[in-house]
Amino acid sequence: MDRKLLLEHIGVEGIHTHDVYRKQGGYNAVEKALKSMSPDDIVEEVKKSGLRGRGGAGFPTGMKWSFIAKPEGVPRHFLCNADESEPGTFKDRYLMEKIPHLLIEGMILSSYALGCNQSYIYIRGEYMYVLQILEKAIAEAYANGWLGKNIKGSGFDLELAVSTGAGAYICGEETALIESLEGKRGNPRIKPPFPAVKGLWGRPTVVNNVETIAAVVPIVNEGGDAYAQFGIGRSTGTKLISASGNINKPGVYEINMGITVEEFIYSDTYCGGMKNGKKLKACVPGGSSVPILPHYLVCKTAGGEDRLMSYESLSDGGFATGSMLGSGGFIVYDEDQCIVRNTWNFSRFYHHESCGQCSPCREGTGWMEKVLHRLEYGHGKMEDIDLLWDIQQKIEGNTICPLGDAAAWPVAAAIRHFREEFEWHVNEPKICTTKNYGLVTEKKFEPVNA
Amino acid sequence: MQEVGRQIAKFPEGMQKSALLSVLHIAQAHFGHLSEPVMDYVARLLHILPIEVYEVATFYSMYDTVPVGKVKLEVCRTGPCMIEGAEKIVSYIENKLGIKDGETTADGMFTLKTVECLGACGYAPMLQAGEKFHEHLTEAKVDELIEQYRNNPKANYLGL
Repeated sequence: MDRKLLLEHIGVEGIHTHDVYRKQGGYNAVEKALKSMSPDDIVEEVKKSGLRGRGGAGFPTGMKWSFIAKPEGVPRHFLCNADESEPGTFKDRYLMEKIPHLLIEGMILSSYALGCNQSYIYIRGEYMYVLQILEKAIAEAYANGWLGKNIKGSGFDLELAVSTGAGAYICGEETALIESLEGKRGNPRIKPPFPAVKGLWGRPTVVNNVETIAAVVPIVNEGGDAYAQFGIGRSTGTKLISASGNINKPGVYEINMGITVEEFIYSDTYCGGMKNGKKLKACVPGGSSVPILPHYLVCKTAGGEDRLMSYESLSDGGFATGSMLGSGGFIVYDEDQCIVRNTWNFSRFYHHESCGQCSPCREGTGWMEKVLHRLEYGHGKMEDIDLLWDIQQKIEGNTICPLGDAAAWPVAAAIRHFREEFEWHVNEPKICTTKNYGLVTEKKFEPVNA
Repeated sequence: MQEVGRQIAKFPEGMQKSALLSVLHIAQAHFGHLSEPVMDYVARLLHILPIEVYEVATFYSMYDTVPVGKVKLEVCRTGPCMIEGAEKIVSYIENKLGIKDGETTADGMFTLKTVECLGACGYAPMLQAGEKFHEHLTEAKVDELIEQYRNNPKANYLGL
């Protein structure tokens, strides 16, 4: 099944405008839902679809929705997380820029399903031009009666507005996003209480990623069962993949989950193979936070099976030999790239983005950045590699939010699979700054240091 | 002022503090940077305490609490952009403008900053000038951009 569910009409001239979107069947799902479906019917269809959160965690959306508290007389809120900041990820931006009404339609359906009358799209501050596209589309939706009071005579009211961040990766964490939307610093909250009980302004709140919300549109149009026909196993539906790095055709691709990683990297339909005919050295398949895979674990699992683009297959082997689908930020590295440098670069990112609430993350990310810097620049000692391992272990699981884990995992995976390249940096301090190590030796996996 | 009102109106009564981040963007575009008097003014507009504004202005990386150039050139330095040569672009701009990362040219025209991932990984290397994205950078393209903004620094705003 090659059909696209989200980007089907992306090539249609003017699809970003209401009228063209409508001509292509846009807002049919809202018409259908408001006429013939109860809010609970929509929740049921989303459960049946098997849709999982597309922001990175992969939590079942229908289940997340069913947790929302419904105390009498208290308004509930539905929020769209458009704070896309995970290095390697640029799919939400693409979707909002090219087909903004799909997100708005999904917002209406989701808000109706959850009984929310005031919803917000929280977009990262740097996407100012996308915010303008969204505001224009929202104005069109109001003008055509899809938003506002008594939508299409259904009795359902919905106010939708866009609000902006100001440069903080952490605000993609849902409780930090809520804090930010309240006009505060983006410090994640301790859970429980979960947002479903106490979220925005203390009210029950659901936060979903842009792509997740957009996927509700085909689910309502065609039914949860039909949606679940796409994909493979528990990875139902399609997924937007942001492809970057040393490939011929970087960009955003909508894939039917279950295609092989090999096809995704080498086929002309997707990445079009390695740039300049270089060899594949490594791949980060789901955004900078997920474990990096060495060349021999990218297209095959440790068991020798084809690695598939799905939640299950990408995590096959756990962190020992697998990774995660994450946000779908697919970064490809060729033989000329330095893993130590890349790991240092990512550590600097997490150090910069740590909100500073929890000591293990605030201090640990800085230490990792410093140690990796000295290794990369030829001042490292052999003990530094074990020191890094020790630091990342002490961060993981010891912080309020998952940023600590996200900072620890790439370091752990780099040492796990590329230890010989780290050691080479220590042994060859003179040349490691000008030369690259190349591919690491393929090994039968035995956990290092674990 | 009208735009400030529009941002506040997005939120229920009594929740006007939620407009703070948006209002700070407006204030920064208008005043150039967020000085203490500007932040105090924003606090008065939103009926909140000055400290509530300071703590937000200093948390988010897009806000400048010290003066910057008329055009901020923010080059993404994270992973995928690094692979595609972001460091070369940064050195090129440093040499061309005679400033280092974080500095402003003597004529107050340009500030150079390296920043973390801006979500343009597939179109790397890239920089953001004010509110605009410029992707697939080359040295020639950087020359063009600098020329263009030197002639019309206001062009880095989208004009909300």
